[in-house]
Amino acid sequence: MARDHMQAAIVLAGVTKKFGAFTAVNHVSLTIPQGEIFGLLGPNGAGKSTTLSMLATLSNPTHGNAEVWGFDTTTQKDEVRKNIGMVFQDYSLDDELTGFENMDFHGRLFGMTAEERGKRIHELLNLVDLGEKANNQVKTYSGGMKRRLEIARALLHVPKVLFLDEPTIGLDPQTRRKLWDYIAQINKSQGITIILTTHYMDEADALCSRIGIMDKGEIIALDSPQKLKAKLGGDIISLAINPSFHAPATAALSEEKFVREVKPFDHHLNVVVENGAYAIPKIMELAQKNKWHVDSVSVKEPTLEDVFIHFTGKSLREEEGDEKGRMRNMARMMGRR
Amino acid sequence: MEFSSIYTIWLREIKRFMKDKTRYLGGLINPIGYFVIMGFGLGGAFSDVVEGGNYMQFILPGIIGMALLFTSIFSAISVIFERQFGFLKEMLVAPISRTSIVIGKVLGSATTAMLNGVVLLLIGIVFGIIPAAQLNPVSILIALVFMLLIASSFVALGLALAAKMNSMEGFQFVMGFLVMPVFLLSGVFFPIANLPDFLQVLAYIDPLMYGIEGLRYALLGTSFISPFIALGALLIFNGLMIAVAARLFKKMSA
Repeated sequence: MARDHMQAAIVLAGVTKKFGAFTAVNHVSLTIPQGEIFGLLGPNGAGKSTTLSMLATLSNPTHGNAEVWGFDTTTQKDEVRKNIGMVFQDYSLDDELTGFENMDFHGRLFGMTAEERGKRIHELLNLVDLGEKANNQVKTYSGGMKRRLEIARALLHVPKVLFLDEPTIGLDPQTRRKLWDYIAQINKSQGITIILTTHYMDEADALCSRIGIMDKGEIIALDSPQKLKAKLGGDIISLAINPSFHAPATAALSEEKFVREVKPFDHHLNVVVENGAYAIPKIMELAQKNKWHVDSVSVKEPTLEDVFIHFTGKSLREEEGDEKGRMRNMARMMGRR
Repeated sequence: MEFSSIYTIWLREIKRFMKDKTRYLGGLINPIGYFVIMGFGLGGAFSDVVEGGNYMQFILPGIIGMALLFTSIFSAISVIFERQFGFLKEMLVAPISRTSIVIGKVLGSATTAMLNGVVLLLIGIVFGIIPAAQLNPVSILIALVFMLLIASSFVALGLALAAKMNSMEGFQFVMGFLVMPVFLLSGVFFPIANLPDFLQVLAYIDPLMYGIEGLRYALLGTSFISPFIALGALLIFNGLMIAVAARLFKKMSA
């Protein structure tokens, strides 16, 4: 079995995960080649983390098979674990211990000798610029430093595949950008396959060679960021227009040759056209003729956000009012992270 | 058996303890408070109820058992947090068995809990509460064995609960319906022979009671229940709890 997919780092075949009556992941099939930075993009509850948790052997699929580096995630858990590095959405460091001790603990659990550990820990801590902080307790680290330490730790046992679950969540924009550099650099210098989940469009755009857009447990689009954007086929003109005009305006605009697609979104109409600069005067002419009251017009090249809206009909926003969110706040308050 | 991973997990608990001794030893405030207040408060009234008439002496083994019970359960329950937001996940993705994680955690938390028990034991020795006749290596060793069994059993019980609980909301329930009855029925403050029959039945199924009776045998030289029965009962409870915790950890998904 292991030989069949030597080219692929990850193979998901019809993977479904149910929690009672709720289907978190619905029949997902996906192959990720070695060396890629692959992004699973979607809102909270789309099934990204559940997919990752199955790949990391922390839960078993209800149906279907998942393979990592040719090993089955249900029957060959230890083999899979030796070949993956995992960075969880919530920090999984021991705050009381130092950066070095956290790394050392990890190396011991993965059966590395003292010599191997000593050498590689320093190497990796330097790679993420934490060499000088090695002997400080983790509770003195900033959020970005903790994340870097976790990434270094996940690389310690020389895994083939690195999983990053929402790696930059809760970090400020500057730190996020710096972290992207680290991730891209690690992908290049270590030749490691990286699978990350994110609900940040810019993150997926900046880092990933391919993106799978997930919604309600299914992968609804799969391609490179460039091709996904190209699929929208042109520029987007966003019209701020009174909702009472949405229906007639949509009907009238859809008849025009230069309009590819009209989609209402919030109080706006998003009009996809081949060339925005030429389309605006024509649209304004129509508006004047039909007496639609247009508050503002903007034209932009499509972003991944637009791609997401195109495929799901909704915007990507964070919602967090569940039990886990409450516990996360409680944990934060108690200063455990 | 993966001795090196068990050792690693044990070592982490010890390192954590070494970095923050005050917090761990803070767990001693409660038992010492109980010991002093109950000892002096009830001592006069109870002098004819307990054998030998020294009430402080009577409750010391129970207070040690109580300290072990509380520190063990608390340290194990904190795994609920570690499971969602912390370090447990790091252990769960390592190529080691769930049983090793449970055993390492049990030994680590039991060791730090026992350090609390040892401090109380030293208080008993320094203040001359433990009879001089019991101050021999064999008795102290027997006491340490019982302390280890009490601590590790209740850490394992706490781990089993933590594996089943998804939030801290269940914690009140555990305290009210499990920890407090186990504590109160274990005969810390009174000989269980004084209880009416229906409560005595409950005391007999209280594993802590056997632990405290074992400690009484070791530290005072007399006990209501034979030390062999106490040892046997605790060993069975210990094995059972570790097996249950290991099983629940295997089934647990993160």
